Amino acid sequence: MLLVDKLNIIFGHGKAKNHALKDVSFSVKKGESFGLVGESGSGKSTVLNCIAGLLQNWTGLIEVDGKTVHRRKRPIEFYRRVQMVFQDPYGSLHPRHTIDKTLKEPVAIHRLGNGNDRVAQVLKEVGLDPKFRFRFPHQLSGGQRQRVAIARALILEPEVLLLDEPTSALDVSIQAEVLNLLQDIREQRNLTYILVSHNLAVVSHMCENVTVMNRGQIVEKITKQQLQQDTPQNQYTRQLLLASRGYDRQAIDQFKEY
Amino acid sequence: MNTENLLTVTNLNITFPSPKGDVSAACGVSFSLGKEKIGIVGESGSGKSVTGRAILRLLPPYAQVVCDEIRFKGEDLLTLSEKEMRRIRGKEISMVMQDPKYSLNPVRTVGHQIMEAYTIHRRVSQKEAKEKTLEMLAAVQIRNPKQVYNLYPHEVSGGMGQRIMIAMMLIPEPSLLIADEPTSALDVTVQLQVLAILDDLVTTRGMGLILISHDLELVASFCDRVIIMYGGRIMETINAADLHDSTHPYTRGLLNCLPKIEGGSTRLPVLKRDASWLDAHYNQHITGGSDASG
Repeated sequence: MLLVDKLNIIFGHGKAKNHALKDVSFSVKKGESFGLVGESGSGKSTVLNCIAGLLQNWTGLIEVDGKTVHRRKRPIEFYRRVQMVFQDPYGSLHPRHTIDKTLKEPVAIHRLGNGNDRVAQVLKEVGLDPKFRFRFPHQLSGGQRQRVAIARALILEPEVLLLDEPTSALDVSIQAEVLNLLQDIREQRNLTYILVSHNLAVVSHMCENVTVMNRGQIVEKITKQQLQQDTPQNQYTRQLLLASRGYDRQAIDQFKEY
Repeated sequence: MNTENLLTVTNLNITFPSPKGDVSAACGVSFSLGKEKIGIVGESGSGKSVTGRAILRLLPPYAQVVCDEIRFKGEDLLTLSEKEMRRIRGKEISMVMQDPKYSLNPVRTVGHQIMEAYTIHRRVSQKEAKEKTLEMLAAVQIRNPKQVYNLYPHEVSGGMGQRIMIAMMLIPEPSLLIADEPTSALDVTVQLQVLAILDDLVTTRGMGLILISHDLELVASFCDRVIIMYGGRIMETINAADLHDSTHPYTRGLLNCLPKIEGGSTRLPVLKRDASWLDAHYNQHITGGSDASG
């Protein structure tokens, strides 16, 4: 479904040059849920931004469904098929548009028609009561806003969903609800997910395959089973796994920078 | 656990007036701590941060704080004047905030700011204060204190910024540190390293620590005791080692809804909130009236 080959991106010039992605390659099958894990600055979100077309000065190859994706000129159909959900539900919704207006805008852009029915349908699908339809984002809680953000992506009936830390701004109880929702939708619609997160537990819960990134490079590709059996080969992955198991004074002294 | 009581809070109530009626942010909160690490855990809006701030009287003036007693080292903080409170803040009780980016002055070097925290409480020469500052920077495991001393807050990383905050808060040698989500903005490995620094300093100096956090697992592995809050009320106070055996439905719900690395990809159990948790008598009933308070 999606192929990324030797993706490179460099920000800045001269002294401030930052090689943010170094030969990142991976492929995602249709219907797969693919996880990208890393700490801040590892380039995990940058990969998503390149795929989504938010960054354009990359080099390498991105293919969706066997067709090469151009860096700048992309058909409108591409944006319908590949949709993104952002981290911060407080910042990603227009504060002065009602939920109804936010959801109808992509429908109008892609000339899908039948906006009213689509909005009602998608709200139902993400588990939001119809009474929220004409409210503004500030009248909603964080979890409800993230549901709207997911609805905004789903209303175009995409095939690939790029999820950039979809639950890291939410409380754990709300996180469980949103993760359940994402899993249900994937089953119903046979979607392909690329999930970016810093939380190993979230990624291992959601994804069959996990790719670990550090400093713009892929460190290790492991399966969910390997992660659960605690058998990653790479030292950095092992440290990350150890760190996500909670506070252990002795273990922390062994931490290194990779 | 040390039996010597450092801080006792009895029946703390905080309300924020609003046009739609008063909002109760904390209700009947009581706890005490000695020289130990205690964690306050809860979701957003559970009243954990306002509780921490109320101890230092850092809430906005319109907040109504009604409390029987906040006793610190035998002194009731509620009876102190604003001027006397200034003597307590920093020197006796200090607070580490969540985000170093907003808590540090952007136009002063970090060294200058740490030094100010020291000189404001002590009459010492500039030279001595600077030496002490460099020493403190080294204590929070900053490798090149002399260089970092002259940096501005925007030039340091999140992890280093938080270490600087800790250095600044510990330099007047307080006996109680309130850390409000000190590591939530940091990466997991850095988060643990910062906590390890806090742990070492708190242990060697014999201080008390209140760690406010939303991360139940982290707090359980770090602290001695955990206070779990929901809707402005204490649900239960429990020894960290016994947390996983807790019988309180809210604690159980929170623990269950966490995704686990070992867990399968089955649906996560969702927390079902119960209005009776907010009933004052409910939690006494479930924890048998007496809790693990020291």
